[in-house]
This record gives sequence, structure tokens and C-alpha cells, in this order.
Amino acid sequence: MAPLLLAGIPFALIMGTTAAAKGLSPAETGLMSGFVFAGSAQFIAVGLWTHPVPIFVLIATTWMVNLRHLLMSASIGPQMGRFSRRQSYFGLFFLADEIWAVALRRAAEGKLTPAYYFGQSLPFWVSWVFWSTMGNILGSTIADPSRYGFDYAFVAVFLVILFGFCRNRSSLIPIVVSAATAVIAWKLLPSVWYIFIGGIAGTVAAALIAKPDAAGPDDAR
Amino acid sequence: MRVDLATLATWVGMMVATYSSRVAGFWFVQRFPIRGRLKAGLEAVPLAVLTALIAPTVLATGPAETLAALVTLLLAWRLPVLAAVIGGVAAVVLLRNFMS
Repeated sequence: MAPLLLAGIPFALIMGTTAAAKGLSPAETGLMSGFVFAGSAQFIAVGLWTHPVPIFVLIATTWMVNLRHLLMSASIGPQMGRFSRRQSYFGLFFLADEIWAVALRRAAEGKLTPAYYFGQSLPFWVSWVFWSTMGNILGSTIADPSRYGFDYAFVAVFLVILFGFCRNRSSLIPIVVSAATAVIAWKLLPSVWYIFIGGIAGTVAAALIAKPDAAGPDDAR
Repeated sequence: MRVDLATLATWVGMMVATYSSRVAGFWFVQRFPIRGRLKAGLEAVPLAVLTALIAPTVLATGPAETLAALVTLLLAWRLPVLAAVIGGVAAVVLLRNFMS
């Protein structure tokens, strides 16, 4: 999906630029992107960067920021039937928000294969590593990303994917509950807690309104 | 090609923190039967998490961001993804210029 790859480039450049401003070398920036491969966690880590490195604070923060991936990997799990065990565990390394979203979109069409998954995630990983390193080398190429609307690119991508997921009226409850909770959490709490809290609230709401065991004990559709 | 050892250790720690969260949910659903309310909840995860990701920008940042979201949805209704995304980004740039 080309929009994904394109939308990622400005973020990677900004990531590299911010890292350079904190005194991280191009190699260190590239290694971070390759090893961690988690946009929001990396932005936060660079934001908190000082000397000496507050290593445990950064690791704990990363874990909290990435709690939402618990939900994401739980929802992609049942869709990975065509993956071998090894492919699953290797593939999950690349389960960034963007990869998760396109993979689920593909799964909704019943066509999620390892070829598709790695065809999306590997180029995205290479592009993320490459452009964040370039951002570090080039310095402040993009002074104000919001001026060009780059900050909005992922919002638009996620919005279109969300739109595709809306099947019927029952989609409305998790969306409304998640949106309301996320906005409140965003106003009250630091960092990206709002994503996890909104995600949990919407999920629980959908579970609560579902008719318990409506599908019978063997879960036939 | 300067790489500080403490920096590298931090990246490895962050990698472990990220990977463990990406595996844990998968590991859980492989081992427990998915039915009833748990199934309904898991099916709603994409809707709930995608909504939470974008809700503050779309609903609580400003009129430009909210209107651009409507433009994006309108385009997505009839056009391919790339066109809707480019249209949405163009809309937010234009609206931000008019509204600030």
C-alpha cells in the first residue's frame, strides 16, 4: 500500500532530525529505528533523552506506550492462520500501528498471507530506518511539518481504514465509546495513554453489548 | 560511525519492551478459546484502537482537522485510498491557512 510508505517518510525524517538535535549520531538513529521499530515510542524516547541515558525510564516508558500492541496482536492472532509458527513470531516484530492496520484490512477480505504481510512490513521497515538516518544527516530539513500537513497523513490513512471496517450499526458503539474515552484521556493524561485507554474502553463496550454465547457453545457463525 | 554502548543497550531494552507487547496478545489468543464476549470484544479491537489513535486530532484539535476528516471520509466513499489521503492532507493545509 503506497500511501503507507509515503506517509511514513516525513515522520522518519522528523524522527532523525529530533535525534540529531539531541546529539545522537546517524548510526545510533538508524540502529534505534531498526531495533525498536515503534514510531511513538521512539519519539518519546528521543524527547526524554539526556546524558547520562535514563535507560530504565526509557524502557519502562516504551513498554507503557506500547501496551496498545497487546490489543493489536490479540486481534491479528486469529487472522494469522496461513503463517507458520516461525513466520508469526518473526512477523510480530514488525507489528507497528500502520502494519497492523493494513494487515487487518487484508484479513477482512480473507486474504492475509505471509507474502502480503512481509511485502508490506519489510519495505516499511527499510524505509523507516533509511529515512530516519537521512533525517539525522540532513538536519532540520522539515522545520514545521504541520505547515505541509504531513502530520495529518497518518490520521487520513487510519481514517480511511477505519471507514472500511465499519460494517453495520453495531460498529457504532465501540467507535463512540473509544472516541469519547480517548479524547478525555488525551486531555487528562500524559503521553499516549489515550490510545490504550480508548482502545480498552471501546473493546469492553463491544463485549458488554454482545449477546453472551449467542453463537452457541461451538461458536459457529 | 559513533555508537555509544549505553545507547545501544537502551535500544536493545526498548526492542525487548516493544516486541514483548507485540507477542503477548498473540500468545494469549493462541492459548485461550475465543468465543462469546471475548470474541465480540476482539472483533471490535480494530474499530476501538483505530478510533482512539485519531480521535484527539479529529475531534479535539481544531475546526481545520475536523473538517479535513469529513473531506477525507467523503473522498474515501468513492475514490481509492491514495486519493482520499492526498485530498485529506490538502484539505487540512488549506483549512489551516484559512482558519488561523
